Amino acid sequence: MNMIEAINSAMDVMMERDPDVVVMGEDVGYFGGVFRCTAGLQKKYGKTRVFDTPISECGIVGVAVGMGAYGLRPVPEIQFADYIYPGIDQLISEAARLRYRSAGEFIAPITVRSPFGGGIFGGQTHSQSPESLFTHVAGLKTVIPSTPYDAKGLLISAIEDNDPVIFFEPKRIYNGPFSGYYDRPVEPWSKHAASNVPTGHYRIPLGKANIVRAGEALTILAYGTMVHVAQAVVEANGIDAEVIDLRTLLPLDIETIEASVKKTGRCLIVHEATRTSGFGAELSALVQERCFYHLEAPVERVTGFDTPYPHSLEWAYFPGPIRIGRAIAKIMKD
Amino acid sequence: MADGPARSNLQPLALHVPEPRSRPGDPVDFSDVIVPAAGSLARPDEAVSPHDMRELAFGLVRVLDDDHQAVGPWDPRLSDETLLKILRTMALTRAFDERLYRAQRQGKTSFYMKCTGEEATSVAAAAAMQGDDMVFPSYRQQGILMWRGYPLTEMVNQIYSNRGDKLKGRQLPIMYSVPELGFFTISGNLATQYPQAVGWAMASAIKGDTRIASCWCGEGSTAEGDFHSAMTFASVYNAPTILNVVNNQWAISSFSGFAGAERTTFAARAIGYGIAGIRVDGNDALAVYAATQWAAERARANKGPTLIEHFTYRAEGHSTSDDPSAYRSAQESSEWPLGDPIHRLKSHVIARGIWDEERHAAMDLELAEMVKAATKEAEKNGVLGHGMHQPFETMFEDVFEELPWHLQEQMAQALEERAAKWPK
Repeated sequence: MNMIEAINSAMDVMMERDPDVVVMGEDVGYFGGVFRCTAGLQKKYGKTRVFDTPISECGIVGVAVGMGAYGLRPVPEIQFADYIYPGIDQLISEAARLRYRSAGEFIAPITVRSPFGGGIFGGQTHSQSPESLFTHVAGLKTVIPSTPYDAKGLLISAIEDNDPVIFFEPKRIYNGPFSGYYDRPVEPWSKHAASNVPTGHYRIPLGKANIVRAGEALTILAYGTMVHVAQAVVEANGIDAEVIDLRTLLPLDIETIEASVKKTGRCLIVHEATRTSGFGAELSALVQERCFYHLEAPVERVTGFDTPYPHSLEWAYFPGPIRIGRAIAKIMKD
Repeated sequence: MADGPARSNLQPLALHVPEPRSRPGDPVDFSDVIVPAAGSLARPDEAVSPHDMRELAFGLVRVLDDDHQAVGPWDPRLSDETLLKILRTMALTRAFDERLYRAQRQGKTSFYMKCTGEEATSVAAAAAMQGDDMVFPSYRQQGILMWRGYPLTEMVNQIYSNRGDKLKGRQLPIMYSVPELGFFTISGNLATQYPQAVGWAMASAIKGDTRIASCWCGEGSTAEGDFHSAMTFASVYNAPTILNVVNNQWAISSFSGFAGAERTTFAARAIGYGIAGIRVDGNDALAVYAATQWAAERARANKGPTLIEHFTYRAEGHSTSDDPSAYRSAQESSEWPLGDPIHRLKSHVIARGIWDEERHAAMDLELAEMVKAATKEAEKNGVLGHGMHQPFETMFEDVFEELPWHLQEQMAQALEERAAKWPK
């Protein structure tokens, strides 16, 4: 399966298992979603379980919170993460705080799926990576898969989780892993081991990172598309890096991070999102606090620049192989 | 270009900034409030098309006339017992407000909000719903809890954030949460409960349930985007919902003109969404009951949502942090043309021969004693003070279902700090 099919399969499995799971969003019903993630679901489960919504992110999230309060397990889709902002009051003020403010009497077991990230010439409003807006919110979990296998297992865990989960899907790697070498052809997922996705139910626990490449020279912390970009750079340059795919940003797998950095003594953080106050800042601070006496070089961050996402200058903006390679060289020099 | 040259041959544009008819020191001017005769509006079948409800959306449904008689097709013909129970519950709500307002002034809590003058918009509405219908209130519908029999001591415990507060002192006073009585957790963020109520109602419809949902907001909050989202979703999915707008004329210091009241009624907004809209005399408990009953039957019959505008007046300050004499005429509340909801229902039951002044005075005394006893009982659990009533670890619980490592670490930190901050 590619990532789209894996995500579709996760929803299919969960709708089959749990009659309280409902899927909703703009164009997700009859049409099957602009990225085909919900294709076939309405036909299989009917219009009252998979349905199109008005173009209102505030409404989509707010209605999902109410459905959750009733006892359903809604899986709303926001068509692009760039368009999640009208729903952000409902996410931050309501979904995230429902359990806390009612002392557990009401919960919001919702999973907000949304395609995110750049690398597709999406310009300013089809490329953003707003994950740090959500990791900053007490009460929200934020999950970002990097392979079809992980996408399905993580999405099933998210839907089953009783806390609200923001599930960002890196649309750049929906059809195949992207190396960051934009001038080379992208391989489809079918040539990748992680496309072997079981058709049935399985989980990947939230809050658990994945060491995608073991190494001794330095630790690279990444998630989503950047896992593949970082790996490609490491392979191309023959660097013995340990690449960790965080998979869940909050709650974070601090044990895996800490063990790795204490082993390697060096740490590079890579994300597409803009730099200032991005999630990399939190990662950097945690590594510094917890691994200070093991560090042999300053923690580096390779990120998007602090600008809105540009259209024509995409490959100058994108934190690709050159920027990552230079950062690794800098870390290894010390 | 802030001061660009005007073309002298054209009339300059002028920005309209609404202004209430009277400010502090001014005589009251309610000349724009049109009060039609009770019983003058028709009561259509619950299945009526919203297109045919124009008169109900722009008019004012009233049942109690100037002689305190219930008249016209909207008279819900309630039993003596129900009438007296509504009267008693409204009086209890007012007694509770009076005492807890004083408790705030005495420093027993940080904050309180009364609903004086608006008791009918919650009590009579709740009376017309089923007990298991879900309500999504704003912060001024404490009357629903009174109607549904929530223990007063529990309410006071929450207001005092004391050891008995089942919300563990996390919430500002009056932000109740009572799932067992179908009362959704109150949020400080305005109008967010509107789409949530629609979603709850959609869920009820998805599951083939028979319960409906009802939500409340003030007229000021109708300006929020959530109001529009909720109306759109309610309309699109024919959600079994009652959407109440309590138009009490004031949103803190802003008069209803800042929510658009100069141009139309709030009930009339329903028309544009294809939703049934009814504007009722919010100080007429029988009219509120009748409209809610109509809307509930409509929703239960799968005929769709109804917006009810309760036309009323916020008789007191917005909250204990507010002084209305700074922005409105002091005489407004006493000269409000629709009177007081408790006095009007009281006069009705007296005119009906089932009540009298003596019994009413005795009831008021009894209710005041009841509230006093509840506050005394709650005070045994403590009053607001230094946030020390709840164990420190409760601050970290319920953020998530399970405590992640970073909250475990922060909890340990708070417990360590306790010894330094508050030595025994």
